[in-house]
Amino acid sequence: MKNSTFYKVLKLLRPYGFWIFLSLFLSLFSVAVSLLIPILVGSAIDFMLGAGRVDFPSILKILAAIGVSVGTAALAQYGTALCNNHISFRVVFDLREKAFSKIQSLPLSFLDRCPAGDIISRMITDVDVFSDGLLLGFSQLFTGVLTIIGTLIFMLAFNWKIAIIVVLLTPLSFFLAKFIAGRTFSLFQKQTVARGEQTSFVEEIITHQKTVSAFGAEEESIRKFDALNDKLEKVSLRALFYSSMVNPSTRLVNALVYACVCLAGALSVLANPAFTIGSLSCLLNYASQYAKPFNEISGVVAEFQNALACAERLFTFLSEPEESSDRSLPELCDVRGEVLFDRVSFSYTKDRRLIENLEFKASPGQKIAIVGPTGCGKTTLINLLLRFYDIDSGSILIDNTPIDRVTRRSLRQNFGMVLQDTWLKSGTIRENLFMGNSKATEEEMLDAAKKTKAHSFIKRLPKGYDTVIGEEGGILSEGQKQLLSITRVMLLSPPILILDEATSSIDVRTEMQVQKAFDALMRGRTSFIVAHRLSTIQEADCILVMQKGKIVEKGTHEELLKQKGFYYTLYYSQFA
Amino acid sequence: MKRLLVYMKEYRLRAFLGPFFKLLEAIFELLIPLIVANIIDIGIQSGDKSYIWQRVFLMAALGVIGFLCALTAQYFAAKAAVGFSAKVRRAVFCKIQNSTFSDLDEFGTSTLITRITGDINQLQTGVNIALRLLLRSPFIVGGAFVVALTIDAKVSLIFLAAILLLGAIVFLIMRYTIPLYQNVQKKLDKVTLSVRENLYGTRVLRAFGKEREETERFHGENDSYYTAQRFVGKISALMNPLTFAAINFAVIFMIYVSGSQVNKGILLQGEVVALVNLMSQILIELIKFANMIVTINKSLASARRIENVIYAESERNLPFYTQPGSGNRKEPAAFLEFSDVSFAYKNAAEESIYHVSFSAERGEQIGIIGPTGSGKSTLCSLIPHFYAATGGEVLLDGVNVNTIPEKDLRKRIGVVLQKNALFQGTIRENLLLGGREIPDEKLELALAAAQATEVALQKGGLDGKIEPHGRNLSGGQRQRLCIARALAGAPEILILDDSASALDFATEAALRKAIAALPQKPLTFIVSQRVSSVMHCHKILVMEDGKLLAQGTHEELVHTSPLYAEICRAQLSTEVAK
Repeated sequence: MKNSTFYKVLKLLRPYGFWIFLSLFLSLFSVAVSLLIPILVGSAIDFMLGAGRVDFPSILKILAAIGVSVGTAALAQYGTALCNNHISFRVVFDLREKAFSKIQSLPLSFLDRCPAGDIISRMITDVDVFSDGLLLGFSQLFTGVLTIIGTLIFMLAFNWKIAIIVVLLTPLSFFLAKFIAGRTFSLFQKQTVARGEQTSFVEEIITHQKTVSAFGAEEESIRKFDALNDKLEKVSLRALFYSSMVNPSTRLVNALVYACVCLAGALSVLANPAFTIGSLSCLLNYASQYAKPFNEISGVVAEFQNALACAERLFTFLSEPEESSDRSLPELCDVRGEVLFDRVSFSYTKDRRLIENLEFKASPGQKIAIVGPTGCGKTTLINLLLRFYDIDSGSILIDNTPIDRVTRRSLRQNFGMVLQDTWLKSGTIRENLFMGNSKATEEEMLDAAKKTKAHSFIKRLPKGYDTVIGEEGGILSEGQKQLLSITRVMLLSPPILILDEATSSIDVRTEMQVQKAFDALMRGRTSFIVAHRLSTIQEADCILVMQKGKIVEKGTHEELLKQKGFYYTLYYSQFA
Repeated sequence: MKRLLVYMKEYRLRAFLGPFFKLLEAIFELLIPLIVANIIDIGIQSGDKSYIWQRVFLMAALGVIGFLCALTAQYFAAKAAVGFSAKVRRAVFCKIQNSTFSDLDEFGTSTLITRITGDINQLQTGVNIALRLLLRSPFIVGGAFVVALTIDAKVSLIFLAAILLLGAIVFLIMRYTIPLYQNVQKKLDKVTLSVRENLYGTRVLRAFGKEREETERFHGENDSYYTAQRFVGKISALMNPLTFAAINFAVIFMIYVSGSQVNKGILLQGEVVALVNLMSQILIELIKFANMIVTINKSLASARRIENVIYAESERNLPFYTQPGSGNRKEPAAFLEFSDVSFAYKNAAEESIYHVSFSAERGEQIGIIGPTGSGKSTLCSLIPHFYAATGGEVLLDGVNVNTIPEKDLRKRIGVVLQKNALFQGTIRENLLLGGREIPDEKLELALAAAQATEVALQKGGLDGKIEPHGRNLSGGQRQRLCIARALAGAPEILILDDSASALDFATEAALRKAIAALPQKPLTFIVSQRVSSVMHCHKILVMEDGKLLAQGTHEELVHTSPLYAEICRAQLSTEVAK
């Protein structure tokens, strides 16, 4: 599993091979130069032995060398950063593009099952963590390792005894940090738990603050809060304090190593004239630098694992099976509106049969109402008609054409639907209304809005039809959103209409007015109406009464009442 | 931030000791390069091994003492930060508990939740870091300059220049990039929005065949995010190379100048080594300081948001809000009377309730019907003084409800709000909300009346577990338990605000009968959009646009109120309406 993820990551990076190579090359260069600088500084110091014994020409030469090195190293550093930026930003861009087209071609059966928040976090957070962790981590790891190796070589070249002191002692700080981090991990977990408990308590109380207040439960909730708060305070203090021991501890170890190097260095200078003060300065410099990459690398490893985990989550998403392709299929056009369900069976999950051998026919222009208790399969019918889901057996025909023999896009263009959960895109009201029919004129839009009574509230909005509505219709009430989605369909005027509880959130008075507009819209169009309120469907040409995925009764309102069956019971329970 | 410092009072000493010990540590750190200079210039020059040993030992000792100081500092800082934020968190929570309904409307639930969680965590991090580093970094930078000054005045000028140059680089880059990063974040939000919309609106977008257009739109958002990111990336990538170059060029100058000072005999070789070491310390601290400023900035923003909650004005603490016994007791004309009552929400332009008058007696069932936004719920919420009427009076037994102590008033009223709220805990705990003491038999009776006996049994009786927000129950089950909770206190007035919407007709009818049969004969308000829910009431109030259009029985209203008749026609078949 891990290996295949890693392989996929490599495949993803292949187009950027050149940039990766360039980045590595430049960082190799800048590391080498930055290690050279302490040596140069050291040798410059060696040329200032005391009053009147300073060799200026030599010092100037060295300083010039330092200047050139610093300049080129700075350029190389900048180049590395730009390369890394290029690679990581591009990879993020590519991944998000891929994921988005993936969303467009996934079947609804997947999207309905998988929480949207999960997909969003894969596409946004995981992709970021992946690029930061893997690419930046990679370059940090590379420079880190190079620095350690380089420092080691230079130190060994100077004085192997001191080098060994540094090599043996410095990792101590690294292990100490690891040790403390390991110990504090459980404290952090406890803190997370305590914080989670408090958050969920607070969230629950505040969400229902009005109820709390109505029952005078304020003191009670403060008491409970205090208990959670005290607990959190105690755990937080311990977690915060113990974790903040890491830096001082590593500093202590480094300080001790530094002292050792200083001692060994000073004694070496006395013992061996070839070992100069400049060399000592250089060694001290190295000793203080040597610890840094160790700490960085330990962080990188964790980030690396995290990045791979994120990549894996994303790759899993990208490899979900897609909808069958309909590129080669013909378009469905000039629809009259005859709909036929021929022995249709369907189930969401294999183990629970839902719709079995469903049969019915709607002639062009007919008004078909579907009623029945929750979960009887009303909404499923709509899913099947629009091919959001594919049926298991049988066939659905529109004007004698099976719907799986035409493109989905052309099929759906013949439908107008208003659903119970209205969805509007963020944008202006006008953009939303034109969504179904971008060719409509301004007059047609105004006309449609007046018919649905949406015009009366739109004109009162601060910017009228140009008012920007937030994500999912933010500032509008549920009823107003429904009016907009009805207008949207009105403007499209498709041959077949689907109204799934289309007026459930509209208040009684407006509903009565909208009903007239609906009646006008439905004239001459095949329409499917799902409703709880039985009063709205009495005029239907045919009422399908559904129960447990089957049509149990079929007929007009009067016929069904005469039958005194399930519909009769449903109808009269309203007045019990 | 200033006004939050009250909560730091108790931690004043710790908040002082934290930075104090941090300063001590910094001083010890600054001494190290000086000791190295001594070792080179005195120890090595004179070949005095015991001096070298002694100095190295001193270095190690300073390291250990510095470590102890740092630990002490971290402890005090952590204690102050955690204690302070716990106090602030409590203050925010208490403030919310003491809010009136209008206060809650003004803030909004989600804002309050983020303030009490995210913002306070950010505040804690900020305080902790500030106590530890705010003084340390400038002190080390300034200290390095002072130490350089004691070594050689001329060279210290280079230090000063380097500090200013580095400061300027860091400051300028941050000043340019921070707003740019905010811009990048905004672009990312747009990318996220586009994804969200395509997930939540899949059905609609696919039904309209918008896949291609949406893909193009996403490509646009993604591309503009990429462009913004690349632009700011180019600038912020300058930080490392520029500071690296600046500090090393400063070292070059310094070596050159020190060279001439050494030549003149003013400086010693070891002192030059010390100066080089001091220089590298400056760079590290400045970068730390820059990062810290970003964190502290964020925390200050959080602090301001928290302050706004804690110090928001609330009517609840004002003296007139509840003054026990101060109300003029009028001769009660009825058990409950609305006398010319008007009400406007805070900051609202128009009144939501407009000159409403009616009266009701114990044991009556009053139905309230009307379109959404007609003021049905608002009307009811004036009775338990959730909101105070802005005109007229709501009289309970002849006493203005605004003058009855809140606790006493609300004990007499059972409310079921539109949003069904159950809390994590047992069914019993939920029924006893508000610390009431009610024996189990009475609770069982309340459950029975609310048609919730079945629900409770399913979950394991009174000790049955309820998950947060009542997640383990269906909408109808939650509604029944909420009704049972309102009935448990044997209220004199019962308000059911659209509380039977998830119940089927048969259950609703049984509920109405059970309420009518309660021994204390409560006055019951039933708010609904369904005629069938209110048609059996003793009196029905028909509301529209905050006005009471008509009141009377179903039979009367069918003839007298055109709106009521219209609603009936739409909802009921003709024979029943008559």
